Amino acid sequence: MTAVDLREFRTPGRGRGILDVFVWRYLLRLLVRKGTQTRYRNSVLGWTWSYVKPAFQFAVFFVVMGLFLGLNRGVDNFAVYLFSGIVVINFFNEGFGNATRSILENGALVQKIYLPRELFPIAAIIVAFIHFLPQAIILLVACLFLGWTPSVSGLAAIVLGLFIIAALSLGLGMLFGAINVAYRDAQNFVELIQMLSTWSAPVLYTWQLVRDSMPDWLFHVYMANPLTAAVELFHAGMWFPTSDGSLPQPEHLWTNAFIALGLCVVFLVVGQAVFRRFERRFAQEL
Amino acid sequence: MSQEKNVTASAGHGQGAARPSIIVDGVSKQFLLRRAHAFKEAFIGWVRGKDVSTEKFLALDGVSFSIDEGESVALLGFNGSGKSTMLKLISGVMEPDDGSVLVRGRLAGLIEVGAGFHPDLTGRENVYLNAAILGMQKDEIDARYDDIIAFSEVERFIDQEVKHYSSGMFMRLAFSVAIHCELDILLVDEVLSVGDAPFQAKCRAKIEELSRAGKTMVIVSHDQEMIRQVCDRGIVIRQGRQVYDGPIDDAIAAMMA
Repeated sequence: MTAVDLREFRTPGRGRGILDVFVWRYLLRLLVRKGTQTRYRNSVLGWTWSYVKPAFQFAVFFVVMGLFLGLNRGVDNFAVYLFSGIVVINFFNEGFGNATRSILENGALVQKIYLPRELFPIAAIIVAFIHFLPQAIILLVACLFLGWTPSVSGLAAIVLGLFIIAALSLGLGMLFGAINVAYRDAQNFVELIQMLSTWSAPVLYTWQLVRDSMPDWLFHVYMANPLTAAVELFHAGMWFPTSDGSLPQPEHLWTNAFIALGLCVVFLVVGQAVFRRFERRFAQEL
Repeated sequence: MSQEKNVTASAGHGQGAARPSIIVDGVSKQFLLRRAHAFKEAFIGWVRGKDVSTEKFLALDGVSFSIDEGESVALLGFNGSGKSTMLKLISGVMEPDDGSVLVRGRLAGLIEVGAGFHPDLTGRENVYLNAAILGMQKDEIDARYDDIIAFSEVERFIDQEVKHYSSGMFMRLAFSVAIHCELDILLVDEVLSVGDAPFQAKCRAKIEELSRAGKTMVIVSHDQEMIRQVCDRGIVIRQGRQVYDGPIDDAIAAMMA
């Protein structure tokens, strides 16, 4: 056989991971559109539901927690406090859960046609973000009623908080999504994390309670938890401007946020590495 | 081995020095017939010092061939011989355990057309989604859109959701998308039995046209008549081993033997 110049050749099925997504951005856009379009199929109200549900949730908090129980624990505008934390946790839970299931759900494709499989978890996170927007709008409307005004640091806090959640749910989603193909236990483990997520961050209580009842080192770990950091960033951006300041913002808000961001980068790298390792066996495990 | 190489060379197109598009070199693929699908089982197996994944199945065993640019090659063999696995290795969906697969140019599988179709999207949306899955960019799809629809003969229903399509319409549209993609290498797995007789004839004509246009093709099919018509070379795989590589008529005879 004559010598063949192998430089033009490539090994099929080897991609560059997340970076390949930029090359495939048109497909990513279509996958996201598919995810959002098919969500409310055969539904008369359609996307209205995305507004009705969070508005309803907010109304329940406002009436039950605020008026019936008087449960404000020294937190001014407790309903807004609650809601601004809950939208963050909702975004995380939906993105993380969808990303974990995305490989199995697209199993037919994964088994038959090669494309960078990272597309599926990334599309899942973007779809979760799109569903987060109506909740954010409801929150914004509630805040505007209570005299919220935008500030540069507040907006920066919100953007950083969203970025932390997106990176965290993508990193964990790739990690568990890849494991889930071989071991369906991963899905149940993810549900445990989702249950824990609301309680692992100051959503239903305040950070001061943790500081007063925990040893110092544990409190610092708690504050560096990416979910806590993101929730506190949202509190700083949305709730704090509407409050009377009786609950101060935690010290080192930004330091903790950047530590959390660093942790998220670690999760992303680990998630991608595990994903690539498991990816080779996706087609035969499904 | 040397005999096979000679046959390979003579089966290629006689026009100058043909360059290979696909090189398969000593490829083996082994499947583990695993029963442990939960941590618990894997863990118990590990504690007992027993490998839970012992049962192995050699789907492909040391297969080597090279396919030149513009060649149309059939992978032949009975069910379970490893043909489809070979196609999946070439497409990159799976990786070989041993040996290497190399390809040159843009490649996509027609491996089970319609894998990416979503029943709740319209025909039009599915055309774009599937062409993008096969690696096309928006402008390329726009340019071919009319051809795709015309070929599929489902113009009237293109804005309806695909779940309302008959299975024939569905397959025609899916096949039409795949066949119109801007690709250098086509992998075709048992899809030419799509639609009614006139549509099948049209598909064959299209495949022959692509072959003449210099596309490299690897076809897996049990339709011997079609294979004879389209391919000029056949590779026979039996229980994971490559038993023949040569002119198509002899290959079909070798498979039946």
